[in-house]
Amino acid sequence: METEILARLQFAFTIAFHYIYPPLSIGLGLVMVIFESLYIRTKNPEYHTLAKFWTKIFALTFGIGVVTGIVMEFEFGTNWATYSRYVGDIFGSALAAEGIFAFALESGFLGVLLFGWNRVKPWVHLVSTIGVFLGSMFSAVWIVVANSWQQTPAGYHIVGEGFHARAEITDFWAMVFNPSSIDRLTHVWLGAFLSGSFLILSIHAYYLLKGRYVEISKKAFKIALVVATVFSLGQLFTGHHSAEGVAHNQPAKLAAMEGHFEASGPADMYLLGYVDKENQTVSGIKIPGGLSFLLSYDFNTPVTGLNAFPEDERPSQINAVFQFYHLMIIIGMMLIGLTLYASFLWARGKLFEQRWLLKVFVFAAILPQIANQVGWFAAEMGRQPWVVYGLLRTSDAFSQAVSANQILFSLILFALVYLLLFVLFVYLLNKKIKHGPYDESDENDRPLTQEITNVITNN
Amino acid sequence: MDTFLSIDYPTWWFLVVGALFSGYAILDGFDFGAGAWHLFLKKEESRRIALNAVGPVWDGNEVWLVIGGGALFAGFPVVYATLFSSMYIPFMLFLLFIIFRAISIEFRGKEEMLWWRKTWDISYAVSSIMLAFLLGVVLGNVLQGIAIGENYTYHGSGFFEFLNPYSLIVGFTTLFLFMAHGAIYLLLKTEGRLYTKLTFFVKRGMILFMVFFGITSIYTLLYIPHLSDDFKSNPALFIFPLLTFLSIANVSRLAHKRSFGWAFFFSSLSISLLLSLVAIELYPMMLVSTIDPAYSIDIYKAASSTKSLKIMLTIAAIGGPLVLAYTLFVYKTFRGKVKLDETSY
Repeated sequence: METEILARLQFAFTIAFHYIYPPLSIGLGLVMVIFESLYIRTKNPEYHTLAKFWTKIFALTFGIGVVTGIVMEFEFGTNWATYSRYVGDIFGSALAAEGIFAFALESGFLGVLLFGWNRVKPWVHLVSTIGVFLGSMFSAVWIVVANSWQQTPAGYHIVGEGFHARAEITDFWAMVFNPSSIDRLTHVWLGAFLSGSFLILSIHAYYLLKGRYVEISKKAFKIALVVATVFSLGQLFTGHHSAEGVAHNQPAKLAAMEGHFEASGPADMYLLGYVDKENQTVSGIKIPGGLSFLLSYDFNTPVTGLNAFPEDERPSQINAVFQFYHLMIIIGMMLIGLTLYASFLWARGKLFEQRWLLKVFVFAAILPQIANQVGWFAAEMGRQPWVVYGLLRTSDAFSQAVSANQILFSLILFALVYLLLFVLFVYLLNKKIKHGPYDESDENDRPLTQEITNVITNN
Repeated sequence: MDTFLSIDYPTWWFLVVGALFSGYAILDGFDFGAGAWHLFLKKEESRRIALNAVGPVWDGNEVWLVIGGGALFAGFPVVYATLFSSMYIPFMLFLLFIIFRAISIEFRGKEEMLWWRKTWDISYAVSSIMLAFLLGVVLGNVLQGIAIGENYTYHGSGFFEFLNPYSLIVGFTTLFLFMAHGAIYLLLKTEGRLYTKLTFFVKRGMILFMVFFGITSIYTLLYIPHLSDDFKSNPALFIFPLLTFLSIANVSRLAHKRSFGWAFFFSSLSISLLLSLVAIELYPMMLVSTIDPAYSIDIYKAASSTKSLKIMLTIAAIGGPLVLAYTLFVYKTFRGKVKLDETSY
C-alpha cells in the first residue's frame, strides 16, 4: 500500500510539474509561427522582433519540458513495471511514433529556430519554426492517444493469465482512434493554445501598463487576443464533447465529477458544491436536472450514478474529482468572459483604455495553467481505481521490485531538483521580461520611433 | 514464427533498438565527452566555444535517448519494465544528471557573475561525467547479469548493488571512450590554442580508454564466460572484435596525423562496433538472471506481439529517413568552426 501511494504521488508530482511546460511550448509555438509569417508577409521588422523575443522564452519552456519529459518516460519502467508489461504492446507503439515523428522533428529543428537567425534564409527559418511547432502538436497527439487508450481501451485483446496477462494490439487505427482520443486531443490542444496565448497577453499587458515597448506590445496583444478568444470559445465544444464521451464510456467518472450517486435517475448539475461521500449528498448551487439536460437535452433522462458500481470500482476521492472538474469549468468560463469583453472593447476601439483590464490580463496567465492541471487531475483521479479502465487496477500496476524507501529517496530528490528548476525558471523569465524585446537605450534597435506619450498614460 | 527476409520480427526489432542505442551513444556520447573536459578548459572564451560546439545539437541528440527508450518499451516491454525497475537507483541518478546537464547549458550564459558561471561549469562537467559513467555502469550490469527472480522481479539487495567491480570498470571504459570521442568532436569545431590543447586531450582520452578496454576484455573472458559462448560456437563472428580493434587503432593513427574528420568517423564507428559486440554477446538473451537461467529473459519472451512489431517497423521505416534527413540538415547548417554571436549560450 505504502509503495503504491508513494509511486502515485511521485507520478502525480512529476507529471504535474512537467505539464506546466509542454502546453506553454505548444501555445507559444503557434503564436511564434503567426509572428514570423506576418514578418515574411509584411516585412515589418516589429514582427521579427516579436518572433525573436518569444523564441527566447520558448527556449526556456522547451528545455525544461524535454528533461522533465524524459523523467516521465523512465518512470513507466522504474515505478510501474507491471503496467509497462501490460500496456507495452499498445502504449509502446504510440510512444515509438511520438519519438520518431514528434520529438525528433521538434528537437531537430529547435537548433535552427534558436541559433539559425543569421545562418539560414528567413523562409527556411520559418519552416524550422513550423517544424518545431508541428512537432510539439504531434507529441501531444501520441501521448494523448496513449492516455486515451487507458481511459477507453479499443483495438486490443488480452493474452495470458494473471501476472502474465497483457493487452496486445489487434487493430492499430482502432487503438489510435479509440472512443475518447479525438475529444481529449482537441481539448488538450486548445488548453495548450490558451496557456501560451495568455502568457503573451500577460507580458505585453505588463509592458503596456509600464509604458514600455508600447507599439510592439499592442500588436502582440491583439494577435494573442484573437487566438485566446477563438480557443476559449472552442473549449466549450471540445469540453462538452468530452463530457458526453465520458458519460458514455466512463459513467463512473462522470458521476464522480458531478457527485451523482443515484444508480439511475435524473441528475442535477452543480455550479459550485461540496460532496459528502458518506451521506451521498452534495450541497451547493445547482441546476435541477441540468446534467440530464446537458447529456440528452431532456431534464428527466436518467443518468448512471455511482451506486450502479460496486464500491471497489468507483473512484475513492469523489469530492476531489468534483472540485477539480468544477474549478476547470469555472476558469474556462472566466477565460471566455475575459476574452469576449476585451474583444468587445477592441471592436469599439477602446481596447487599451482600461488599466484594470490590463492588470487582470497580467495575472490571468496563471488561469489556463490551473485549468490544465485540475482538468487532468479530474480525468486521472476519476479513472481510479483503474490505471487501464476496466482492465488493470492501479494497485496491481506498480513495480514489485522497488521498495518504498527507493521511491521516497527519488521523490525527495525530484522535489528538490524541481523546486530549483522552478525558481530558476521564474527568475530567468522575469529577467527576460525586464530586459524586453529590444534594447530601449539603443535608438537603432527600435522598430519604430517610440511614442513618447501613449494612450494608456494619457488616461 | 513470422519472418521478414528470413529474419524473425523480434530479431528485427532487436536490431532497431541496437541501432538507436548506437546512434544515441555516438551523438550524446560526444556531448558527454565534450562536457567531461569542460573544467580542463581554463579560459572563459574556451569554455563558451566548447559549450556552443554542442549548443545547437545536444537537444536533438538527447531525443535519441527518448526514441531508443521508447523503442525498447514498445518492442520489449518485459525488458523495459524489468531493467528499469531493477536498476532503479542508477536510472534515477541518470535522470538527475540529465536535468542538471540541460539546465547548466541553458542557464550558464544567462548571468555575468563569476560565481554563477563557475557553479554551472562544475554542474555541467560533473553531470556529463556521471551520465557517461552511469550508462557504462548499467551496461556492465546487463552484461554481467542481474538478480532476476520469479515473475521478472528483481531480488537484489541494497541501494548500491549496481556498483560492483565489473560495472565500475565498464563505467570508466565508457567514460574514457566518450571523452576521446568528445575531444575529437571539439577539434572539428575549434581553432587556435584551444585546438592545440584539445589534441593533447584526445591522446589522453585514447590511452585511458585503451587501458580500461583491455581490463574489461580480460575481466570478461575470465569471469563472465557466458558472454563469449556465441563466439566459440560461431568462430566467423570473430570478425567483429577484429574490426573493433582495427577501428580503435585507426582512431589513434588518424588523430596522430591530425586528420580529425576521419578520426571522428572512426571513433563513431568504434562505438557502434563495440555495441555490436555487446549485441552479439547477449543475443538472443537480453537480460541474464544471476539467480537461475530459467528466469533469464530472451528476445522472444520479452517481445511484443508480431502485429505490434510489424506496425512499429512500418513507423520506423517511414520515420527513420525523415529523422536522418533533418538531422543532416541541422548539422549542415551549423557545420564549421564555432563563431560566437548574440544567440550563443
